Amino acid sequence: MARLNANNLTVAQEILSRYPVPRSALIPLLHLAQEQDGYVTEDAMAHIADLVGVTPAEVMGTCSFYEMLKREPVGQYMVNICNGISCHLLGSSDLIHHAEATLGVRPGGTTDDGKITLEAVECIAACTEAPCLQVNYRYRNQVTADDFDQLVDDLRAGTAGVAPHGQLAKVRQHIGEDRRAGVSPPDGQGEPAWMARNPSDNGDGP
Amino acid sequence: MTAPAPQDLRIITSRFGIEDGHTLAGYERTGGYAGLRRALEMAPAAVHGEVRTASLLGRGGAGFPAGVKWGFCPPGVWPRYLVVNGDESEPGTYKDRLLMERDPHQLIEGCLIACYALGLSQCFLYVRGEMAHAQERLAAALNEAYEAGYVGANVLGAEDFSVDITLHWGAGAYIVGEETALIESLEGDRGMPRLKPPYFPASIGLYGKPTIVNNVETLANLPWIVSNGGEAFAGMGADSSTGTRVFAVSGHVANPGVFEVPFGTTTFRDIIFDPLYAGGMRPRRTLKTFIPGGASAPWFFEEHLDLPLEKTTVDQAGSMLGSGAIVVMDDTTDVVKACHNVVRFFARESCGKCTPCREGTSWLEKILSRILAGQGRPQDLDLLMDVCDNISPGIAWPPRQTTICPLGPSAVSPIASALERFRGEFEAYLPATAVTVAGVAS
Repeated sequence: MARLNANNLTVAQEILSRYPVPRSALIPLLHLAQEQDGYVTEDAMAHIADLVGVTPAEVMGTCSFYEMLKREPVGQYMVNICNGISCHLLGSSDLIHHAEATLGVRPGGTTDDGKITLEAVECIAACTEAPCLQVNYRYRNQVTADDFDQLVDDLRAGTAGVAPHGQLAKVRQHIGEDRRAGVSPPDGQGEPAWMARNPSDNGDGP
Repeated sequence: MTAPAPQDLRIITSRFGIEDGHTLAGYERTGGYAGLRRALEMAPAAVHGEVRTASLLGRGGAGFPAGVKWGFCPPGVWPRYLVVNGDESEPGTYKDRLLMERDPHQLIEGCLIACYALGLSQCFLYVRGEMAHAQERLAAALNEAYEAGYVGANVLGAEDFSVDITLHWGAGAYIVGEETALIESLEGDRGMPRLKPPYFPASIGLYGKPTIVNNVETLANLPWIVSNGGEAFAGMGADSSTGTRVFAVSGHVANPGVFEVPFGTTTFRDIIFDPLYAGGMRPRRTLKTFIPGGASAPWFFEEHLDLPLEKTTVDQAGSMLGSGAIVVMDDTTDVVKACHNVVRFFARESCGKCTPCREGTSWLEKILSRILAGQGRPQDLDLLMDVCDNISPGIAWPPRQTTICPLGPSAVSPIASALERFRGEFEAYLPATAVTVAGVAS
């Protein structure tokens, strides 16, 4: 229920430093807020609005467009079963029905223990591994009903090796100060220096 | 001509079998960054020339020649940006994620070559939000490449060439794969497409400045093209389709997989039935239909199997290679359910900006739902086609648009294909009384 904490504020400043226009960092910052709290709180949206220089309503406008950004608490694990055409052909509907029965929730619902939110999602680009799912955006391929039950057991026991909802990449981009070329603001710079190489041959078109 | 073994034809998936191919050490050991070094010895315009000679077609879906697209930046307007479209989401499509996860340095090298050739002063690498592993592979690769002097200030020690690559990630929206929606999203907005004209990204793109938006696979080809020359690339493939292409073959095949094949010479029959590739149908099953280029593409059938995977040929046959996704359906397939599945996708992913798409796709989905529930009305099959005609007048190929982007017309393809070929299967879902009224008048 919170603004970004001190540690994440440092991360946020580093993310912001990679964009010439702060507003471009909006989605990565919303992910950061979700990583901190498991979902995007109103306080975090207000904080991000300050950081990028827009109104909280504008942050809400962007946030509400994208499926991954949750504005209500969800389970510790999002289990997203793919229902794209390739998975559909290989039994995703049966897998979804099995998941509903196993978890006792419909897609969009969260189990009573707050552990698992079930979703039926559109194609997640693992079409040759159908039927597939993601747990907090980590793949499980060619999932059978037994595989699913095992996964649920592992998630509940905390032995699945999956980070809580909100974290995406475990590695963040980091540019050392001496390695930075510098952002390219839209109202800055003329022709980049290297384009002057071999000036007799500088046409762009044929 | 004797065909070389498929593994010899790989350009961009050559490191997929190499365990450390995603690391800088593995990449350098296997010839990595040679294309960038070569490019920096050339004039920028000469690098552009090689790409034009290669006739590299964009690999994102539309198949527009990349070298020509690169030429659309208005002269004298600076800065220019590069935006990498890694928002792979078209149902059935599965190649950009692998290229990002297994060979991230190849993509980074491609980005640097494009920036050098066109004077693009910053690159934004937009990765689909759901692809956490691709994001961390690219973050790790970028961190290594920065440290080693390949990216950032003074690339490879060049005093005049510095460029930052900013890793960016989305948050779940198919429409963001459309290039103007991608730019809106990168500017921190809802991902809704812009009207073209005037908003062709090469003229008015990111922050209103000239912007090249290229697909991951397109850029991944650049290191090879610069190293080996545009002519060598153009010498592979057939007609307008040069080089190789990566196809994902999924659905009811014995051996679903992602295959890099010569562009334009391999046929659908080869890639679906050859044991080197998807290995044919599952035991005792026969082919019913297949989608040749992602969910947006009209469906193909048995009689199309001998067409080559070549852009112009497939376009003229009434569909498209699109994003390199071949989805195969056998005789067990309920085409009404398959059709509903694809239409539901477009209805869910419509951004809501244009009325024919927002209303049309959701009505198509509702009508198909009630047909599947056994509550279809006698006039529903004609009604489906009528709604399709309102989204894309004439239901022609290539589709006409009443919308800003092609998402709406994409929902028309599966209905037009399935209803024309398998009308009886739709009728079988209608209640008996409905069929009587609609067809055999008593």
